[in-house]
Amino acid sequence: MTVATQPEIKPARQSTARPEEVRIALIGNPNSGKTSLFNQLTGLNQKVGNFPGVTVDKKSGYTQLTPSIRAEIIDLPGSYSLYPKSMDERVITDLLYDSQARHFPDLVVVTADASNLKRNLLLFTQLADLQLPVVLALNMVDVAEQEGVKIDVEALQRELGVPVIPMNARKGIGMAALKIVVTQQLSAADKTFYTVPADLQPLVESIKTRFGLSNDYLALQYAHLYKSLKFLNEEDIAWLGEQLEQAGFKSNARQAQETIARYTRINELLLDAVRVEKADKDEKFSNRLDQILTHKVFGYLIFFGILFLIFQAIFAWASYPMDLIDASIAALNSLIQENFEGPLINLLTEGVIAGLGGVLIFIPQIAILFAFIAILEETGYMARVTFMMDKVMRKFGLNGKSVVPLISGVACAVPAVMSARTIENWKDRMITIFVTPLMSCSARIPVYTVLIALVVPDTYYFGFMNLQGLVLMGLYLIGFLAAIFSALLLKVILKARERSYFIMEFPTYKMPRWKNVGLTIVEKVKAFVFEAGKVIVAVSIILWVLASYGPGDSFERAEQQALTEARAEGLTELQTENRIASHQLESSYAGVIGHVIEPVIRPLGYDWKIGIALLTSFAAREVFVGTMSTIYSIGEEENVTTIKEKLLSEKDANGDPFFTPARSFSLMIFYLFAMQCVSTLAVVRRETKSWTWPAAQLVYMSGLAYVMAYITYQVFS
Amino acid sequence: MRQKAEEHKKTRSVRDMEIGEQGVISSLEDPEMGLKLLEMGCIPGTAVKLNSRAPLGDPITIIVNNYTLSLRLDEAETILLKQ
Repeated sequence: MTVATQPEIKPARQSTARPEEVRIALIGNPNSGKTSLFNQLTGLNQKVGNFPGVTVDKKSGYTQLTPSIRAEIIDLPGSYSLYPKSMDERVITDLLYDSQARHFPDLVVVTADASNLKRNLLLFTQLADLQLPVVLALNMVDVAEQEGVKIDVEALQRELGVPVIPMNARKGIGMAALKIVVTQQLSAADKTFYTVPADLQPLVESIKTRFGLSNDYLALQYAHLYKSLKFLNEEDIAWLGEQLEQAGFKSNARQAQETIARYTRINELLLDAVRVEKADKDEKFSNRLDQILTHKVFGYLIFFGILFLIFQAIFAWASYPMDLIDASIAALNSLIQENFEGPLINLLTEGVIAGLGGVLIFIPQIAILFAFIAILEETGYMARVTFMMDKVMRKFGLNGKSVVPLISGVACAVPAVMSARTIENWKDRMITIFVTPLMSCSARIPVYTVLIALVVPDTYYFGFMNLQGLVLMGLYLIGFLAAIFSALLLKVILKARERSYFIMEFPTYKMPRWKNVGLTIVEKVKAFVFEAGKVIVAVSIILWVLASYGPGDSFERAEQQALTEARAEGLTELQTENRIASHQLESSYAGVIGHVIEPVIRPLGYDWKIGIALLTSFAAREVFVGTMSTIYSIGEEENVTTIKEKLLSEKDANGDPFFTPARSFSLMIFYLFAMQCVSTLAVVRRETKSWTWPAAQLVYMSGLAYVMAYITYQVFS
Repeated sequence: MRQKAEEHKKTRSVRDMEIGEQGVISSLEDPEMGLKLLEMGCIPGTAVKLNSRAPLGDPITIIVNNYTLSLRLDEAETILLKQ
């Protein structure tokens, strides 16, 4: 005997929902147009928050349904069913199964791709069986029709028992209809699509009694998912475990049975509602395009061409807006300094505003990289990238999609780490984030150039191979190898949280929606500025204080000493100023720290002056050059040649040149490996939602830097 | 010769298909991965066609239920075909 579920009992929340503000959850298969619908509904009215315990962002936003009804829209991660296959998908069950949850929705809008209705309806029937108020947004109906898939919306609506709204979320068609229906449809679906098997009925009944549930399918879900449902306490879990064991409940087999039963039912309902008339035109077009774009030779050539373009863009094009931001910050600072004076003004200009500048400077790179990534995702090309690279990358514990973060890391690790978000698998994503900062970024270039110019002769081999260029290339290669082998190491160490699948829909090629591209850029920039930005500004201010203040009256004494020296040596005004700056930096807290860490860094060939530079480099690696200029009284305005000459004339205790090849190479290797970038650490913390990962990165990379620099110094000296 | 004949007797999976070849799914070998494949529409009795292979031979794309699905070879191996 089977007992039917009870459609007349609506979720408890129903009656308490205030009509003025409703909460709507958006749910659907990946590629079903869920993001487009979310963007259409909320536009720029979006905010990104956290779901506790997972790395996936909680995207929510507001939309006005009618002049008097406002709706909060929650965008849930794309999923094929209610049985979560990854950590991120658990967010869905946590939200929908706990009617007491703060964000429990009043209504669920399910997006379904009309040209692929069968598979999309699986998730829909599960939600309908939970007797949640559901509306089906039938997306891309026009596209499906062009492909010869004719859907009788009336018939479908009858079969499913819920409102079905044909629409095209990419173009914004059907939005008005959806908004109207959504304000009306606040009662639960009254059809069920799967009846709990008779032999499970006693189990389901006892779960219903214990938890006060009215819905059979929800009780069955408790049985399947009890170990991962956050709102159950230990006692409940133990009780459920016992019950299931007594009943001999086999979760896998039951899920399989349910899925097959649902597909059978869906096939029946679609018999009348959907007619497929001719072969898939779009699929054929995509297939033809794929013969070139995933070709053995041309496929990779085109892909590396695109990577080269992205790399050029974040490397070269971004430099114009970056220079502009730099210049504006400098202009603002000098304007303030000319008109006001005092220690607080220095804190404001050189501490706070300079720190803010250090955050804003990343915006052009982030915007450009995400414009490219959004386009690659939107067009469906990203799926081809994964397809082509998977076999190679998997050997190193990486994912086909890891190629984009790794290559972007050569320009800057900050946007690169953020771009790892496209990797669905948790372990693959963490490994990618962890190793990306080992790729030599553009901030290391000034350090490399100064040091290479210092010790590597500018000679040519065969008329075109420049030795300095070769050394620079070698440094990039070492960085790449370090990233790859660290990934391999992590692949072994890191325990997988979930099984890694490649099974996914291979989307057809589509034109990108510029609105989605634009909103992705805005979202990423906002996330960086507001979340990572705080840490960056805070640390920049601390570093500035360390370098600008010293214990007691050390600064005045440093100035006096510099002035005495200047008079004795007959220095010009500029030289005197530089000398003062140099002495003051030495007596600052940073200088004190430099002296303190000197014993630790001596085995690498460094003295306290380099110690200061290592410390200040944490704000950004390129600060190395500026700090070296100050400490050796070179002054700000001078170019690489002057810095080179000055550093070359620097003598050690025995009167020999201080910057020997051994010391310089050791420094280059140190900068290559060391995690000296607050911005990257802040962004890794945001992306992984934990301090463990940035801390591990700091320890691992800096430890590696120390060992490698030590070896380099010993080998060359 | 004999070995070859024996191999031929072994149940074929999607992994063994030629590009463009059609077949019908008989069962799914791996219970856990089977669930994922079922959700994606790889139901026993459904027609399946090998659509393409990645340039390095792995992963592959198949057409099932009128859409294209990509999967790795070791995943395709668990989808057994009717003789």
